[in-house]
Amino acid sequence: MNFFLLSLIKTGLVAFVLLTTLAYLQWIERKVLAHIQLRPGPYRVGPHGLLQPLADVVKLATKEGVIPGNANVFFFLFAPFFAVTLALTSISVIPFGPEIEVFGVKTNMELTGVNIGVLFILALSSLGVYGIAIGGWASNSKYSLMGGLRSSAQMISYELPMSLAIAAPLLLVNTLNFRDMVNAQSGYWLGVIPKWNVFAGPFPQFFSFLIFLIAAFAETNRVPFDLPEAESELVSGFHTEYSSLGFAAFFMAEYANMITVCSVATLLYLGGWQPLWPSSLGSDFVAPLIHFAAAGMLFYHAGQTVKSRTWDRFSFPAFGVIFLVVGALFLVPVLKPILIPLFWFVGKVGILLFIFIWIRGTLPRFRYDQLMRFAWTFLFPVAIVNLLITGLLVALQS
Amino acid sequence: MNEIDETTVPSGFETQVTENLAGGGRRMVLNMGPQHPSTHGVLRILLELDGEIIQKAEPDIGFLHTGIEKQAETLTWQQVVTLTDRMDYLSNMANNLAYVLPVEKLLGIEIPPKAQWLRVLLSELSRINSHAVWLGTHALDLGAMTVFFYCFREREDILRLFEMFSGQRLMTSYIRIGGVALEPPRGWEKAVGRFVDGLQEKIDEYENLLNTNPIFLQRTQKVGYLSLEQLLDIGVTGPMIRAAGLKWDIRKSEPYSSYEKFDFDIPVYNESDVYARFRVRLEEMRQSARICKQAMEGMPEGAWKADAPKVVLPDREKMKTQMEALIYHFKIVTEGFRVPAGEAYVPVESPRGEIGFYAVSDGTSKPYRVFMRTPSFGNLQCLSALFEGKLISDSIAALGSMDFVLGDVDR
Repeated sequence: MNFFLLSLIKTGLVAFVLLTTLAYLQWIERKVLAHIQLRPGPYRVGPHGLLQPLADVVKLATKEGVIPGNANVFFFLFAPFFAVTLALTSISVIPFGPEIEVFGVKTNMELTGVNIGVLFILALSSLGVYGIAIGGWASNSKYSLMGGLRSSAQMISYELPMSLAIAAPLLLVNTLNFRDMVNAQSGYWLGVIPKWNVFAGPFPQFFSFLIFLIAAFAETNRVPFDLPEAESELVSGFHTEYSSLGFAAFFMAEYANMITVCSVATLLYLGGWQPLWPSSLGSDFVAPLIHFAAAGMLFYHAGQTVKSRTWDRFSFPAFGVIFLVVGALFLVPVLKPILIPLFWFVGKVGILLFIFIWIRGTLPRFRYDQLMRFAWTFLFPVAIVNLLITGLLVALQS
Repeated sequence: MNEIDETTVPSGFETQVTENLAGGGRRMVLNMGPQHPSTHGVLRILLELDGEIIQKAEPDIGFLHTGIEKQAETLTWQQVVTLTDRMDYLSNMANNLAYVLPVEKLLGIEIPPKAQWLRVLLSELSRINSHAVWLGTHALDLGAMTVFFYCFREREDILRLFEMFSGQRLMTSYIRIGGVALEPPRGWEKAVGRFVDGLQEKIDEYENLLNTNPIFLQRTQKVGYLSLEQLLDIGVTGPMIRAAGLKWDIRKSEPYSSYEKFDFDIPVYNESDVYARFRVRLEEMRQSARICKQAMEGMPEGAWKADAPKVVLPDREKMKTQMEALIYHFKIVTEGFRVPAGEAYVPVESPRGEIGFYAVSDGTSKPYRVFMRTPSFGNLQCLSALFEGKLISDSIAALGSMDFVLGDVDR
């Protein structure tokens, strides 16, 4: 098949799925946070607020975009555009599954197979700070300016431990290509324990994984490292002055970055799309079973809805049917090699994303200088020691 | 440091941009508030910043000025009770009590024990309410969002209890001159008991969320320190001074409304930092729950209004059947009661510190002057001392630990 046509189809598909996921990730975050905090969350727009993301998009798109007086208009408009472009671009090198064959066409489940995928992602994520710093500076607001400054300092501090943390598993897999990395993590110790980088190798990369996760929180400006937008101190930090689509772009960039770092963590440490236990022990049936269980729960609860939730009587069975169909798709032999790896990949990323949201509902925020000290005096040395030990063990092994 | 456009400097603050720093940079003036998420209302603070370090902080109050002190002179003695709710909307019952006590002293009326016990019970409930709101907003300032919602769950329970007693959630005006407004409703013991019994467990929950959380400890320990001498000089009262090591609580030192008959402890910490203030308030919530329990169990029988027909409205039943009662009712409702000329001040321990109303009477049915000594105003005076030389983040934590209500500052 024509290379360009294939790329076009894949790009369209990935962009569509990604943008929908971004919108619904925000819905999930609001729901999870709400349930942690004893409140129902979005509830009014659609059944259980499922159409809320749509309403938000419409609202943000139709609002007036205010440009503050004395702002540098070019950079003010450029910053959110830059941030969202970088965030969406980095997804393009992330593979979601193994090589597949659709209608006789063999293709990889990714947009571009870059040989130096890890470096590409690192480069893009360090460029991401420019969007925030420029946006904070160009707004001509003091709160924004301080948000931008904090962000720059934070990024510099956390790039280093993050890169050092990543270097250790790279020594184990001996490649910079994500696809090869996942293939190197296939197989099982004793037939059951997966040879993922977190568990396996001459030196399990558990500490490296934790450092990467902590640095990822800082990289994506999430609680407890959300200093650039510290609400109680800097109002909203760098995006205080943004409204309408400028704000939406920053918002999208944040969520896209979250997805990227969680995907990278999955590929580097959690074996990508490798199942938790071998398919000879029935791991292929996990995906359909989970979907069937979800459908069963929806059918069960559809019968006992409260009077005030009239719509649940229709929406629950409808979603139940959708889950049943999706679950059944996993059993179709043609689709199986595509969907099962995708399920494991999405599942792992989803668990990491859930941890991001969970932390947001639990922890207070660091102070500016404490955060820097934490990065330089704790994460940095630990990452170096981890790298040295891994290197030593790898050298001894070979 | 970025160049500052002269036009963006807020008016009324002239000294700032001209001063040059050693590094060639200039100080930035930040107008924090009156619409800022963590100034807890409409407080405006002008900050002079060198990077993130505050060089100078000037609070600017008056955005919520209501003229309550002046208004009090145009209302009858009993009507002023409704104004006290509106000053500090988080500790309404304590405010009611603080106003009512000096007036009763002037009138020289005896309050029956049941009314006194009810007053204690409700002021302690409003202390728990106020501390719960404080804890929630303070944790929110530090970025811990969830605690806020947990605390508001408790607040909701207390507001329901208030509604049960007085028919109002916020502006209760339940404590009146000569007793309380209404007889407690049927089933109140059960409702209060359920709340008080469940409270300890919920306070444990907050402690679990915050007490051992390293980030919370880092953000609060050794932050916002002021020595006891400084605090005393400024005139700070309440939990802040108890967190600095002074065992000063008016409920113990000058008991009012039979507080001497209740058994409770005064928590004292010596660190005088944000964490110590947090511990003091959390412990006070536990002690308040203890007092509530004692007040509930030992509630005396009898009247809930003083036997002073010229001051206290008669029962509905009597008013409709007895001539004399009808006359008293008519007189009290139309022109109020006269208070003998004189002046009185009774301090009361509100959740925020010492609150007191200095009531001056010229013998008419309206106060000549009611001066309000409010704890928020006193405590706010230490703002500059707390802020200067600190990071913005620390000053936000310190600001939250002061626990002021702007309605209480600008009355």
